[in-house]
Amino acid sequence: MSKFRKKKGGEIPAVNTASLPDIVFMLLFFFMVVTVLRDNNLLVQNTLPKADQLEKLKKDRSVYIYAGKPSSRYKDKYGTEGKIQIGDKFTDISNVKFALTEAREALRPELQDKVMVALKVDEETNTGLVTDVKEQLRDLNMLKIIYITAPGNPTDQ
Amino acid sequence: MARRATPEVNAGSMADIAFLLLIFFLVTTTIEKDKGIARQLPPDEEIQDPPIIKQKNLFIVSVNKDDQLLVEDELMKVGDLREAAIEFLDNGGAPNGSPEYCNYCKGARDPKSSDNPEKAVISVQNDRLTSYSMYITVQNELVAAYNFLRNRESQRLFGWKFTEVKQAIDEGSFNGNEDDAQEKLERIQKLFPLKLSEAEPKKNGQ
Repeated sequence: MSKFRKKKGGEIPAVNTASLPDIVFMLLFFFMVVTVLRDNNLLVQNTLPKADQLEKLKKDRSVYIYAGKPSSRYKDKYGTEGKIQIGDKFTDISNVKFALTEAREALRPELQDKVMVALKVDEETNTGLVTDVKEQLRDLNMLKIIYITAPGNPTDQ
Repeated sequence: MARRATPEVNAGSMADIAFLLLIFFLVTTTIEKDKGIARQLPPDEEIQDPPIIKQKNLFIVSVNKDDQLLVEDELMKVGDLREAAIEFLDNGGAPNGSPEYCNYCKGARDPKSSDNPEKAVISVQNDRLTSYSMYITVQNELVAAYNFLRNRESQRLFGWKFTEVKQAIDEGSFNGNEDDAQEKLERIQKLFPLKLSEAEPKKNGQ
């Protein structure tokens, strides 16, 4: 009997927190791995238009093209006309082909012919600029494009 | 003196440090999810004798530089575009018994509008100065019209919604026979093929 009477001081034992750092570290590593620090810095304004009939983009096979007015701190240097950005620099329309070919070659070889071009265009841009880009894409035979949009209902404004 | 044991390092604050880092990464993480409207561009080749499309099978949407919408020569609000496009696509104007007769259309069967969804072409014409948000809105509404009709047909034939199953397959979360579903999706796509044509944009202000 006396065996069972040892713990009679009615205090609740303190919770063992020795494994807490391990748990926290695990979470930490998870977030460190999934974090993508922005790989190219945006030189253009980029407020995406809204749409609700959306499809998902397959990241590993896509090339990004940004377009829009230069953002406020580049305004003095590049003016306020709509511009195209590929990678992290401005590209002239005549250079789009070259830049895209380069971007395509950076992808994994087995995905290169399934490449999808993601157009991230600011909502205030003129359609003419987008048309020019599409014209270049047709020349390059990169026919799959996706207009990246923000989710939302476009008609209630 | 020489034999003094090294005191143990106090690890009590390790958790705090780890928490601090954890919170930093939690805050900076943006799990990017890009979504958008996918489109296939027409290949860049000369088309030998292009097919002649009858006027009644053509649904012309034009947008001018002030973002005003002209549908079939009538001024229209963007909110009404989806309805108008559905009406046009679903019309099924070909007479009963002719090879072009559309037996799944539920529209008005107006002989002056499109024969069947396969013949029906929507043509979008933009001005170069049209804003991109307007362009996307118009595209979105037209895709929505197609999705509405495809959903209706897949609901009738198979009991599920076209867009939902397509999304599930894209995300890899579809449970069931994927090949079978894919085939059914294609059948629905054949019933309402996406025929959106984009005309060369006009020069500004014309």
